[in-house]
Amino acid sequence: MKEVVQGIPLNYYLALSTVLFSIGVLGVLFRRNAIIILMCVELMLNSVNLLLVAFSAFHGDAKAQVFVFFIMIVAAAEVAVGLALMVLIYRNIKSLDIDFLNKLKW
Amino acid sequence: MVLYIFYALSVIAMACALLVVFSKNPIHSVLYLILTFFAIAGHYVLLNAQFLAVVHIIVYAGAIMVLFLFVIMLLNLNAETEPHKNTLTKIMATISGGLLMVTLAGAFRVLEKNLGQVTVQNSNVGTIENLGKVLFNDFLLPFEISSVLFLSAMIGAVILGKKQLN
Repeated sequence: MKEVVQGIPLNYYLALSTVLFSIGVLGVLFRRNAIIILMCVELMLNSVNLLLVAFSAFHGDAKAQVFVFFIMIVAAAEVAVGLALMVLIYRNIKSLDIDFLNKLKW
Repeated sequence: MVLYIFYALSVIAMACALLVVFSKNPIHSVLYLILTFFAIAGHYVLLNAQFLAVVHIIVYAGAIMVLFLFVIMLLNLNAETEPHKNTLTKIMATISGGLLMVTLAGAFRVLEKNLGQVTVQNSNVGTIENLGKVLFNDFLLPFEISSVLFLSAMIGAVILGKKQLN
């Protein structure tokens, strides 16, 4: 397997991104605070970003890095709307516990 | 040498990511997430993506995490108000996360054999000049559309955040 510029094998980055993504999923399943869940989603997005940059450096193609830009843009928009929703939820039910938000649950 | 930096940054990133999940106080979670983002920015520097590293710090540590911190302080969340799942759900969550990690790792192990030879990369891919050329030549329309996305997100956030008028 070929190596990235400074001699770090690409599969190390694959492993690191896998671990970070799994920690993000773990956080989403583990916590009940909606803001922490949003933060774990950010963590998952970042692990994917890291992998995109690693592949970009690996192939010498800048398009993946532009993709990372767009993921950052979407993350910023998502956080703005998501946190506004959190404030609205807190104002209505005085809590951010997602187990209270079960009206749409089957 | 570079490998040791990689290991150090990876350990910091993973440890801080775990602390985000397991710390009781939401404010500590935010601070650990900021540390994770700095470690990831270090990875970007290591991968010769300097501009992305700077943008990552500005956007994530500078804007998004400050927003999180601001909302958590606004809502006055702390370790006492923090809701907790019961133990069974926590164990199930841990098992599910571990299973996902094993599945992904297994998939990547199969993929690894088929990756084959890859062309040699040039080292100035991540410079602002190169990225700007790609962004404004190949991705001009998505770039413009993202401004519309931002505008709609801003309007949506303002409308959601407004006091409800009855």
